[in-house]
Amino acid sequence: MLLIQCPFCGPRDQVEFSYGGDAGVPRPADPAALSDDKWNAWLNERDNPAGEHDELWQHSMGCRRWIGVRRNTLSHEVVSSWALQPAKTA
Amino acid sequence: MKYSIFSLARNAVSFHRDWPLAWRSPAPKSHYDVVIIGGGGHGLATAYYLAKEHGITNVAVLEKHRIGGGNTGCDTTIVRSNYYLTANARFYEHSLRLWEGLSQDLDFNVMFRPRGVLNLAHTHADLENQARRGNAMRLNGIDALALNRPEVASMVPDLDMSPTARHPILGGLLQPRGGTARHDAVVWGYARGADSRGVDIIHDCEVTGIRRDGNRVLGVETTQGFIGAGKVGIAAASHSSVVAGMAGLRLPIESHGLQAMVSEPVKPMLDAVVTSDAVFCCVSQSDKGELVIDGNVDGYNSYAQRGNLPVLERVVGAAVALFPSFSRLRLLRLRGGVMDMSMDGSPIIAKTALDNFYVNCGWCYGGFKATPGSGWCFAHTIAQDRPHELNAAFTLDRYTLGRAIDERGAGPTPWLH
Amino acid sequence: MSGSGGASNPMRVADLGRIDRTRTLSFTFNGTRYSGFEGDTLASALLANGVRLVGRSFRYHRRRGIVTAGAEEPNALVQLGTGARTEPNLRAPQIPLYDGLVASSQNCWPSVDFDIGAINETLSRLLPAGFHHKTFMWPTSGWLTCERFIRRAAGLGHAPAEPDPDRYAHRHAHCDVLVCGAGPAGLAAALAASRAGARVILADEGSEVGGSLLGERAQVNRNDAIRWVQEVVTELKSAPGVRVLMRSQVAAIWDHGMATVVEQIGSGAPVPTHLPRQRLWKIRAREIVIATGAIERSIAFGDNDLPGVMLAASARTYLNRHGVQPGRRAVVFTNNDSAYHAALDLHRSGVEVAAIIDVRPEPSGSAFDAAIAAGIKVHAGHGVLRALGGTTVRAALVAPVDVSGRAASDARGTAFPVEGDVLLVSGGWNPAVHLWSQARGKLKFDEALATFVPDPANRPPAHVRCAGSAAGAMQLVDCVVQGLAAGRAAASDAGLRHSPTISAPMVERETTCPLLPVWQVDYPEACRYKRFLDLQNDVTVADVELAVRKGYRSVEHMMCHTALGAGTNQGRLPNISGLAILAGAIDTPIPQVGTTTFQPPYTPVTLGAIAGPETGLALDPTRRTAMDGWHAANGAVFVNTGLWRRAQFYRQGRERDLEAVNREVRAVRNGVGLVDISTLGRIDLQGRDCAGFLQRIYINDFATLAIGRCRHGVMLREDGMVFDDGTVTRLGERHYLMTTTTENASAVMSRLEYLLQVEWPDLDVYLTSVTEHWAAMALAGPCSRAVLEKVADIDVSDAALPYMAYRECRLAGVPARVFRISFSGERAYEINVPAGHGRATWEAMMAAGQPERLTAYGTDAMDVMRIEKGHFVVGPEANGRATPGDLGLHRMIRKEGDFIGRRSLSKPGLAAEDRPQMVGLVPVHAREPIPRGSMLVVEPRQVTPYPMEGFVASACFSPTIGCAIALALVERGRLRKGQRLWAMSPLMRMSVEVEVVDPVFFDPAGARLRG
Repeated sequence: MLLIQCPFCGPRDQVEFSYGGDAGVPRPADPAALSDDKWNAWLNERDNPAGEHDELWQHSMGCRRWIGVRRNTLSHEVVSSWALQPAKTA
Repeated sequence: MKYSIFSLARNAVSFHRDWPLAWRSPAPKSHYDVVIIGGGGHGLATAYYLAKEHGITNVAVLEKHRIGGGNTGCDTTIVRSNYYLTANARFYEHSLRLWEGLSQDLDFNVMFRPRGVLNLAHTHADLENQARRGNAMRLNGIDALALNRPEVASMVPDLDMSPTARHPILGGLLQPRGGTARHDAVVWGYARGADSRGVDIIHDCEVTGIRRDGNRVLGVETTQGFIGAGKVGIAAASHSSVVAGMAGLRLPIESHGLQAMVSEPVKPMLDAVVTSDAVFCCVSQSDKGELVIDGNVDGYNSYAQRGNLPVLERVVGAAVALFPSFSRLRLLRLRGGVMDMSMDGSPIIAKTALDNFYVNCGWCYGGFKATPGSGWCFAHTIAQDRPHELNAAFTLDRYTLGRAIDERGAGPTPWLH
Repeated sequence: MSGSGGASNPMRVADLGRIDRTRTLSFTFNGTRYSGFEGDTLASALLANGVRLVGRSFRYHRRRGIVTAGAEEPNALVQLGTGARTEPNLRAPQIPLYDGLVASSQNCWPSVDFDIGAINETLSRLLPAGFHHKTFMWPTSGWLTCERFIRRAAGLGHAPAEPDPDRYAHRHAHCDVLVCGAGPAGLAAALAASRAGARVILADEGSEVGGSLLGERAQVNRNDAIRWVQEVVTELKSAPGVRVLMRSQVAAIWDHGMATVVEQIGSGAPVPTHLPRQRLWKIRAREIVIATGAIERSIAFGDNDLPGVMLAASARTYLNRHGVQPGRRAVVFTNNDSAYHAALDLHRSGVEVAAIIDVRPEPSGSAFDAAIAAGIKVHAGHGVLRALGGTTVRAALVAPVDVSGRAASDARGTAFPVEGDVLLVSGGWNPAVHLWSQARGKLKFDEALATFVPDPANRPPAHVRCAGSAAGAMQLVDCVVQGLAAGRAAASDAGLRHSPTISAPMVERETTCPLLPVWQVDYPEACRYKRFLDLQNDVTVADVELAVRKGYRSVEHMMCHTALGAGTNQGRLPNISGLAILAGAIDTPIPQVGTTTFQPPYTPVTLGAIAGPETGLALDPTRRTAMDGWHAANGAVFVNTGLWRRAQFYRQGRERDLEAVNREVRAVRNGVGLVDISTLGRIDLQGRDCAGFLQRIYINDFATLAIGRCRHGVMLREDGMVFDDGTVTRLGERHYLMTTTTENASAVMSRLEYLLQVEWPDLDVYLTSVTEHWAAMALAGPCSRAVLEKVADIDVSDAALPYMAYRECRLAGVPARVFRISFSGERAYEINVPAGHGRATWEAMMAAGQPERLTAYGTDAMDVMRIEKGHFVVGPEANGRATPGDLGLHRMIRKEGDFIGRRSLSKPGLAAEDRPQMVGLVPVHAREPIPRGSMLVVEPRQVTPYPMEGFVASACFSPTIGCAIALALVERGRLRKGQRLWAMSPLMRMSVEVEVVDPVFFDPAGARLRG
């Protein structure tokens, strides 16, 4: 059971989060300008390292913020976590 | 030595002192016609069929640790071909047919037993999906039967058939020819078969690099030195991304942890393999008497081969909900496997952008049952430098082309397949 | 002292043991009644009663007796209890005795004394390890027949046949330091951590703290060690923030300091129904100290499985803790010092110690000296070749051996029997490294102990440390000192700066003689007698050697091939010995052969405890709408949709299912109906950039949506497949309300949050899921306006509330939102009221609609009507593999600008002409049904595989059209209207000829929507 540091709420149990996968694939600004190969690479090819991995999680049972987490896929150690951008105030 | 009751009796007289080695442990040669990376079931089967079907015997299987030590060793060993999409159905059916003759073919009892794989339906939508799948299977020449509630109840008496259950059981789809086999026996059988045809199985030989000249692969760097190769095939399961990365390729694969749960052995009480997609749970009883249970992937990238409590609780909760009398049985072992989850839930057995480099990966949950078919098709693809009709759809470029084989319809989110 | 425990307990000693002799407990084993005392285990009580034979072995069905006093017990597995509460495979040393306990041996038939399966023993040469791979291959049916017999022999005990009547609880806890094990090291660690101010949880599987001290006669502070134990416990129990969990086994260590502990509630007897039977603790600890002790191992010699062969320390435990003598005359066989202590304790309690057989040529040290002083005969440099006896040990056959345990070739000549009725063995100790290994700590080989110990240089990523025997300390003084240090360090690492000085208690250091690593006694005739490594799986030295000859040379292959270590004691006893034999056979040092990593759990855990309360009806929460009670009271038949339960239809009288659905459909088409649609997802969007955001997530245009108007929208996944659909209503200048399908409500919300937070943080849009805030219902049918007029406080004429318009009002006095949206194809109004008013509003509507015969309808009728209208839904048609074009939505796609999934639509496969396209189907012969889930083929010929043209997605009987209709996805379907196909359902043995038609069966012009 992972313990993930939510930058907004503090350390929380894994069960409060949902996984969002590789954090290193921002959506292209203009998909129409991409070739089929480039679009496919963005859509289907992800980082899959045996080691440290930057990934997205959503604190879905908490503040519902999407956060970045650097986690080791061999040891599950959470190296760091961060807010993706300053929280908007409503 | 041919294995039989007679050889067993002959050896009994000699106190079993004269059994030959099941396979050799040779040092690697400097060059092979084909090098297969990965000594699990798929890699060994590929080598076996390269030798047997294509006469290519100058083959090495390189294994980082020991053969069969990866996912083959922690699988729930279920064999079935109950797929809806035609590309999957025909491939897995071919594999199932190979299973049915595998013990004789390998002269090694892989203990395949068609005990029936029963998929439970809990809602009308499940029933309709199962009907569609069962009908597609039948039209593809695969056995399938729709069971109603009483038929499910009589086939698996321990199920909670209460109509007021949280997920009441309305019926099921049965593939009678589906079943289970022994995971280690499959590995050993293929290893012995490949070895006896001249294939070198190299243990403790980790691939550390892939030497390329332009679009051609020259061979592999390993912890036992450079090994030249006419062709190189990857059958490295969850480590496919890592190995392909050495050749500069990115694969549409993510590695995710999946746990199998094994109970203490009890007297036989559950014959069929029972699965439920609604609660994500699959339960069977091994020949030794252990219950073998698995469910969903843990849900995040992992190479750790270790289980995870939330999924364990969920899957066991589901198993106990389905089988309330199993609650007092005890979990003996957790096995943590790492699944190579593809972007559409279907496998890849394909040529790559490099001339003489081939990949076999993306098995998701389906790797064990695919072992014979995967090896058979991969051997064909490597030997002929083109896919067989059965794996023609399992290409790498299907994602680019928009021809994904998405059995679950979950889209490019690998941990949802 | 002499052994006299009364007639019923012949092996009981008068004044030893931590049992309550005032409380006699009666129990039944294999049908015979016995008695024991409070504080006994089933094993100690059986031994006290002189019961030797407790089970049969798995493969050969050999007679077996109790070997150990703990979780490592391989033989004494019993079936406990009867009926629904029966439990298989429990280990007798771990079962606390209670009054009325009923247990029986397993794996024997008809009885443990006369077991037919013992014929396997005669055949045993034919059944070496891996025999099943080599035979039963020709013909296939031969294997399947044999397999049936092998299978019948499988398993140990019986599973209960009835549902478990007991409950299991889960509990969460947090602490600074979790200490696993309350032996000397664990107690010291807990004490040190507690004094440093740490919140401590101390968990131990025993019913009493003290661990190994309970079975020994050690001295601490020149006093009985138990005194010290009690002092420590008293202090711990009074310290704030310390929790001592007894009968609580640390089962697993997971990631990031999470441990699960299984607590047995009560003393072993069935618990009263208000209590859970077991409680699974989920403890998040900052630091973990593993002080789980060590497990004694055996030495392999001929027939070493004869009842009466026991581990020496276990015999010592039975004597000191339970006041039970293992026999009258003991032969002790050892390669290390610890068995001397057992011999001395037995000697002092009146057991005659015939001799200590020590493989070491020159034993020495304080224990040795004490044995000599007590007059015990020691045969140094000797080994036990074989246990002699028929049904139980009668003598040990002893001969001189060399330092590798090999007897000379003339062993027969030099061997002599040493008589005794119990043979106690010690082959050294293995630290219980399981938890350390689970936490991914590395092991290293310790030459002195000849075993693997935790490698402190390779600590696991979780904050875990080992202390005491679990870390390889074999002297009490070291255990205590290590425990104190570990506790102090753990508290400090947990962030507690206070560091108290604790003086270690006074424990005398023994002078010792090193262990001699002998794993088996070998002599020329050894192969005639089975030398067991794994008693439970009947794996012998010869089996391991055979595996090596066949090439199974890695430890995993050997263990897999022989089943060594695969038993329910998880290899506690045999693993290291098997490894050592393997290492010897392949002539490789043990550390290079390697070891296995241990996976959870430490000892087997009931599935019930893992599931806890979240199984059965509580496996998933059941979501109910605000109107659920009304549905239940009015004949609703419910159906699960995701977590929701929804009314499928309402049965009136003795109506059959389809009759009810047809009645509901006709009521809506001809009059008016009301359906509960609260389960649809609802998302509130506010902010400057809502319109722009909607443009990016839907395929159609939302820039032109006016305030007070609604619009249908379709979302794709990035791979171009239809993801979800719903309506969007513009409530205000910067305020929108979106609906989603029931199935995808949470997935859509999460996806939109992702896009706004990660991809487009510059957009000014705020999302709130308001699904639960509103009760929603749809009033549909030509008479719907007439009903609405009666309850609404606003003008609902078509001029004021046209198709796809939205108004706020009060309905029957309740603030409401009214949307003129239709799914049924009739004039219809979707009405949202605050959830708390849902049922009252529903009832008010039903009352107001009585003159119009307002009819409640369920999801089935809704489904029929949407099929009649050719509306796709997520699931059957939008199955995750369908593009908007496939579903006939191509004209809806906006011409300009990007949206999620647009780029993928131009991939060749998605733009291909041979895509499946949604069409309607009707049967060629009007009275025939269209089988649900059927596949479409051109001709029903009888050769497989069939080329399939498409599939039936949704099929129903349409009371409106008067025949079966279906929506289907068919290759190039839109070009095939008028063509005939066959809908085939081999499962139902049906094939029906159908005609391809337009998917909109009813009112294609949409005249009824607008009224």
